Amino acid sequence: MKLPDLAELAMRNLRESVLRNSLTTIGISVGVASLVAMLSLGIGLQQLASRRLMKSGLFDTVVATSRRDLHNFNRDQEASGPAPGESRILDETTRQEIEHMPNVLEAYPDIRFITELRYEDKPHLTMVAALPSSAQSTDAFDALQGHFFSSDTAPEAVIQKTFAEELLGKTPKAGLDPSNVATLAAPLLGKELTMRYAQREAARSAPATAAKENAAADQGLAGAAYSVVSRELKLKIVGVADLDPESMRGPTRARVFLPLKLAESLHVMQPTDLREISRAPTDQPVYSSVSVRVKNPSQVQTVEDAIKKMGFNTFSILDASRSIQQFFKVLDVFLGIFGSLALAVAFIGIVNTLVMAILERRREIGIMKAVGASDGDVKRLFFAEAGAMGILGGIVGVVLGWAIGQLINLGTNVYLKRQSFPPEHFWSVPWWLVVFALVFSFLVSLAAGLYPAGRAARLDPVQALRYE
Amino acid sequence: MSSAGNSQPNGAPAIHAEQLCRHYRMGETVIRAVDGVTLEVCAGQFVALLGSSGSGKSSILNLIAGLDRPTSGGVTVHGHNLAHLSREELARYRLHTVGMVFQSFNLIPSMTLSENVELPMRFAEIERGKRDSLAREALARVGLETRMNHRPSELSGGEQQRAALARALINRPRLLLADEPTGNLDSHTGTEIMNMVREFNQQLGMTVVMVTHERALAERYAQRLIFLADGKLVSDEANSAFVTSGGTEQARR
Repeated sequence: MKLPDLAELAMRNLRESVLRNSLTTIGISVGVASLVAMLSLGIGLQQLASRRLMKSGLFDTVVATSRRDLHNFNRDQEASGPAPGESRILDETTRQEIEHMPNVLEAYPDIRFITELRYEDKPHLTMVAALPSSAQSTDAFDALQGHFFSSDTAPEAVIQKTFAEELLGKTPKAGLDPSNVATLAAPLLGKELTMRYAQREAARSAPATAAKENAAADQGLAGAAYSVVSRELKLKIVGVADLDPESMRGPTRARVFLPLKLAESLHVMQPTDLREISRAPTDQPVYSSVSVRVKNPSQVQTVEDAIKKMGFNTFSILDASRSIQQFFKVLDVFLGIFGSLALAVAFIGIVNTLVMAILERRREIGIMKAVGASDGDVKRLFFAEAGAMGILGGIVGVVLGWAIGQLINLGTNVYLKRQSFPPEHFWSVPWWLVVFALVFSFLVSLAAGLYPAGRAARLDPVQALRYE
Repeated sequence: MSSAGNSQPNGAPAIHAEQLCRHYRMGETVIRAVDGVTLEVCAGQFVALLGSSGSGKSSILNLIAGLDRPTSGGVTVHGHNLAHLSREELARYRLHTVGMVFQSFNLIPSMTLSENVELPMRFAEIERGKRDSLAREALARVGLETRMNHRPSELSGGEQQRAALARALINRPRLLLADEPTGNLDSHTGTEIMNMVREFNQQLGMTVVMVTHERALAERYAQRLIFLADGKLVSDEANSAFVTSGGTEQARR
């Protein structure tokens, strides 16, 4: 039998017992809908998480630290490679070398120090960190009140919300009210902060007594000395950030940010300076860590590996996100299994409907065989009926699943709005899921038709025609 | 319009059954529905299979139709040895060589008359446009052109059997097998149907094998009467009372 004829016959047979067949089709739809709903929830949540991470600006960042710093993010890395004492120094030359690596956008030193800031003659002790101008594109500054640094060397500061609260003497409140930042920022923007810091100043002439005592041994070390001078710098508060731009750093996160070039020019005494003085003289700055921004998150791994090869320890959020990805994979599998369970019920429904149809249409099958239908014709007819129910159920199911998703999305966002969170898109039905659901439903239906179709094809026409 | 390609000369065997047996197992007992029947039917002949119920006449018909396979022995129809055909080939044989009518008409109730008549052509993969005109033509031939779009349940028994006849002839088979075709009809309608069958036999040269238990009906239409009892051939005789509608003793072909 030709395909159009087959389809036509199948459709008319489906219409004959319209109630039973539509109930079966609805069964398939519900199965497909639950599959689509479950998977799109999984995909949506995963995308939400990735979007968040991506926008945080951390996804494309690799932090390189010297092995000489014994406390690192990843202890496994310390087990291999050169001993800390023999490993390379993370200095300006190295920074430039990293910056010129392929796929690297920029590599900037992490300058951070704990120091005292005076606001209205009250001292506050906090962590200060330098930020490159590229940092303003990250979502940490989405809800920034005021503006970002006007230039890379401007004596300006962006402060974190919690520090603003401290400056104003307010106790932190629970909950994230966006209006909070605005009210905090209003009295602070344009005000002056006085930062006190310890400047390292190269001392060309070492103290005379020391030089005499160690004259022989210290020949090559002459000049490897510096003095530490206390300095003051007046900073203008230009912005108050809502979110924490350094959430990745945990306890070392800063609450006051300075432009990178300004911070570099200050030559603030770093903890590593004390250690490095014992090593060898160098006239270029040495950093405890360098942040490397990669052009594309997909290249993070390559860059990370390259930096590791140079002999440094690295850390990227990708390391952390790998376990997140794994979690979502597992979640997807589970959601898929639950969705498939519904489809399995639909599968049994199709088998049942078609077996019932055989019993009901025994005589009809006998007649068809008597007038010349082959086993294959009968088999294909039942297959076509199963397939038609599958396609129909699949289409309705995808629409239904999408609608359920939209509904839940809407409901969740209404809830989020009430909790004064920004709306989010939890639900994602990518086109491949639609295609997958349709094909899957069709294949499942065909599989369900396998047994009934075979049984119908084998039906003995003499028996079938005798059957009244 | 005669069975196209019928190259066999008149009188050559259209059906040849040799020691045909069909046994059914019913638990411990074996029912010998057909038990060693040997017979030959010439092309163009109108043969009646007579016997009481359970005599095996319908079983023989099913074996000739290729709906059933013999336990032993064999049937050859127009050169097809049915025992050697695969299931698929047997279906082709039923489609192209055999037309069947039944006591209970066996029209598909969910289809209109024209769809019922078209059905064998669907299996023969004849294109739609041609199917429509052929079905119309066939139904017109049995006087049902005005009932084409009716369902079988809307028609009388006689009309249904006429539609079944139209369906049986639609693929132009050489062999018409009729299983008690008038069994569900009153005598007037039965006569009408039988006249049509005779017309096809005489005008189209179709070989007709009719199963019936009505001796009078058989004597009126068949050229040859075969009596069966308990699956065995009891007697096989030419019908002395046979008169063609044209008045001659034998069909011309």
